[in-house]
Amino acid sequence: MSRTPISESSEWTFSLIEKYHAEIARVAKDFSLETYPVQLEIITAEQMLDAYSSVGMPVGYGHWSFGKEFLSNEKRYKRGHMGLAYEIVINSNPCIAYLMEENTMTMQALVIAHAAYGHNSFFKNNYMFTTWTSADSIIDYLLFAKKYIADCELRYGEEQVELMLDSCHALKNFGVDRYKRPPSLSLQEEQARQKEREAYLQSQVNELWRTIPVKEERDGQAREIRFPAEPQENILYFIEKNAPLLEPWQREIVRIVRKISQYFYPQRQTQVMNEGWATFWHYTILNRLYDEGLVTDGFIMEFLQSHTNVVYQPGFDSPYFSGINPYALGFAMMSDIRRICEQPTEEDIRWFPDIAGKNWNETLHFAMKNFKDESFIRQYLSPKLIREFRLFAILDDDKKDDIEVSAIHDDGGYRHIRQALAEQYNLGSIEPNIQVYSVDMRGDRSLTLRHTQHNRMPLDKSSHEVMKHLARLWGFKVKLESVTSDGQITETFEIDREGN
Amino acid sequence: MARIVDRRLNGKNKSAVNRQKFIRRFRGQIKKAVSDAISQRSVTDLDKGEKISIPTRDISEPFFHHGSGGQRERVHPGNKEFNTGDHIKRPQSGSGQGQGTEGSEDGQGQDEFVFELTREEFLQFFFEDLELPNLVKTKLSTIKDVKKVRAGYKNDGTPSNINVIRSLRGAMGRRIALRSPYQKQIQDIEIEINRLLKIRSEHDPAIMELRLKIEELKKKKDRIPFIDSFDLRYNNQIDQPRPTTQAVMFCIMDVSGSMGREEKDMAKRFFMLLYMFLTRTYEKIQVVFISHHTVANEVDEEAFFYSRETGGTVVSSALTMMSQIIRERYPSSDWNIYAAQASDGDNWHNDSPTCRKIMEEEIMPYTQYYAYIEITEDRHQNLWQEYQLIKSHWENFAMQRIERAADIYPVFRKLFQKQPK
Repeated sequence: MSRTPISESSEWTFSLIEKYHAEIARVAKDFSLETYPVQLEIITAEQMLDAYSSVGMPVGYGHWSFGKEFLSNEKRYKRGHMGLAYEIVINSNPCIAYLMEENTMTMQALVIAHAAYGHNSFFKNNYMFTTWTSADSIIDYLLFAKKYIADCELRYGEEQVELMLDSCHALKNFGVDRYKRPPSLSLQEEQARQKEREAYLQSQVNELWRTIPVKEERDGQAREIRFPAEPQENILYFIEKNAPLLEPWQREIVRIVRKISQYFYPQRQTQVMNEGWATFWHYTILNRLYDEGLVTDGFIMEFLQSHTNVVYQPGFDSPYFSGINPYALGFAMMSDIRRICEQPTEEDIRWFPDIAGKNWNETLHFAMKNFKDESFIRQYLSPKLIREFRLFAILDDDKKDDIEVSAIHDDGGYRHIRQALAEQYNLGSIEPNIQVYSVDMRGDRSLTLRHTQHNRMPLDKSSHEVMKHLARLWGFKVKLESVTSDGQITETFEIDREGN
Repeated sequence: MARIVDRRLNGKNKSAVNRQKFIRRFRGQIKKAVSDAISQRSVTDLDKGEKISIPTRDISEPFFHHGSGGQRERVHPGNKEFNTGDHIKRPQSGSGQGQGTEGSEDGQGQDEFVFELTREEFLQFFFEDLELPNLVKTKLSTIKDVKKVRAGYKNDGTPSNINVIRSLRGAMGRRIALRSPYQKQIQDIEIEINRLLKIRSEHDPAIMELRLKIEELKKKKDRIPFIDSFDLRYNNQIDQPRPTTQAVMFCIMDVSGSMGREEKDMAKRFFMLLYMFLTRTYEKIQVVFISHHTVANEVDEEAFFYSRETGGTVVSSALTMMSQIIRERYPSSDWNIYAAQASDGDNWHNDSPTCRKIMEEEIMPYTQYYAYIEITEDRHQNLWQEYQLIKSHWENFAMQRIERAADIYPVFRKLFQKQPK
């Protein structure tokens, strides 16, 4: 079918954005993309810089680290070292996508398709996001956090609040629950609960640390009580509930940092999938518009140029190489799944009997909903892609003099590479496994953490600095033991009460 | 249906607060960088921001992560010649993860966090040690005065700027222009009526019809509005820098052996401050550097601050030279003359009375302001005493002994109190 294009010029207007959006929405619906309502916000480049620096949070509390982020982005942008990414999208309901005013109409359409439909449907359907984040309440929560922290600055002084935030930020990656889903709360509830919590928690903590001896002489001897009974993975949570000396407002700040960290936790684990999905859909949707004659040749050329840049993967020996490009890998995998469904080769049928020849859109949706980067790669990376990317695995063992090529793109290597690449996206092995191990309840109240080594990888020396932050939160001596898989303690970081 | 929100008019400086927090947090480091920058800068070069670099390790935020070592496996793209089982020499970087910090763009080495301080922020740090009163700080940091000047008319503006005469003149012109075709038709018809009246009676239908037509045209004519929105004219106003005159600033410094690096740095700040003051007041400023020991030389800035001579000190040589330069190049009818002199107070004994004589006869009558600082902790010498005498005679002379940067400002107190108009 041949229709007249929506627009010929590269200038955008509000009515054009509406028209393009309507067409993109229609096509997205055809492909049964399920999304939150869309809110498109037109912003300037300066505002985009601001948005960048608050890690994409539309409202953020004040902290110098965001200022640092801003300064370095600003510098790079002004010198032309960095084009601004043309999309920032907020996992909220309605889903907010930013359109930068400098962009051409083509780029605006690309962003609408990519962010407002691609990412949006991912946010709404991927299990990591549905389990861990509440799109309905996040904006409210961020507002609450911003206001609470500003209030604390007034009441307790900016410096005190800053110290607290510094320490919490140092541990923010260890402020997430990996298995237990937190309940979602509305703003009002959050505020009401916050008051109750303050009172209740303080009484609990006091109870735990009560110095009046309890009558335990029934057994003749005080039993060694283990606390915590089980090692705990969420260090910030443990601090919030148990640190003996924190004031109620300080506990609340710990909680805020940990909540926001939890909100970003799924994003850190679905980068390849999320970008791949969004890129796949902007590509598919805009090409459909072109086929329908709704966009001009000029439009599609500009789009393709931009798209090609985004999915470019330089080789390991290229000066532009900076690791595997999640857009490239994600887009290739999504497109590959479609290919396997539509035109399976003999090899595909052998490797993917479940999906070869099936309905591609349903298959793709299933993959989007039920995986994260690690499992997605483990499940769907095909030999064909391994060959195309010419992937190879390098084994680096510090006990050996040289490094070894452990697998390449050949029959013997496909599975190995797939495993190794999946492992590369496994947060569980990228981040050191550190848990709260014990508290010396009867002695000096010292807190001990344990790092369980993975493949003998040691902790970085800077861990000492992190421990200082932990000591500030805990208020007493803190200790971190690094333990090999067979239980040997190989390294200990210790900070006493005074922070030395 | 999507909601489209135009946020462009919302504030853009959302990050300003965090930027301030950052600057406050690292004020120690930034201050050091600023004072380094001042010693690098030219006296005349205070009107821009500064690139500040702070060691990255000072501002890094620590977090738990793996160090190098252990056993790890990485997958990379773009294999060309490797085969399974190949052994390769370990690259220098260790783990080969490419996790290093981004190379700095200016090649200044990797460990610096570099950012730009704005002009205002820079001045704030500059002013900090000088203990300037706030009023002076604002005076110095405000950009040159502008005044609004009428510059013709424009078609849009605020109601308060409507120019009534212009607007009404326009309206009248428009009315005349739009009415004239009707007027013309009415006249034509009236002629026609008059012609008809000669052959027919007043109540002839043809005449009645023409009269009706005239009525209609008159109504149309009256419907042309008295004033229309596009008649409106507004006074156009543009910013024009205040008319200013030119000034010359003499920097005189003793460069004999007794002036050390620190004294010179102090003197530099003194000169800078005077220069800044002048930039607020005059559009065109020239700076003349005169250094002296036993003889005076007109030098460039570089030599002024960094050359070192040995030997005695004859201050009058510099004053003679200044007076000569004034006569030759800066007639006081065209130039406002300012002078700043820095010295450690040393002078050849018999020279000081000569100095006073030159000052009182050849310099003070022509200068707007003459500031003298003595950077020393020792006892005052005879130059000081002679200058005291000058001070008692001349309003526009100021002198001060200086031990630290905060002592500089009082020299200028008078200058800043009443700004020359």
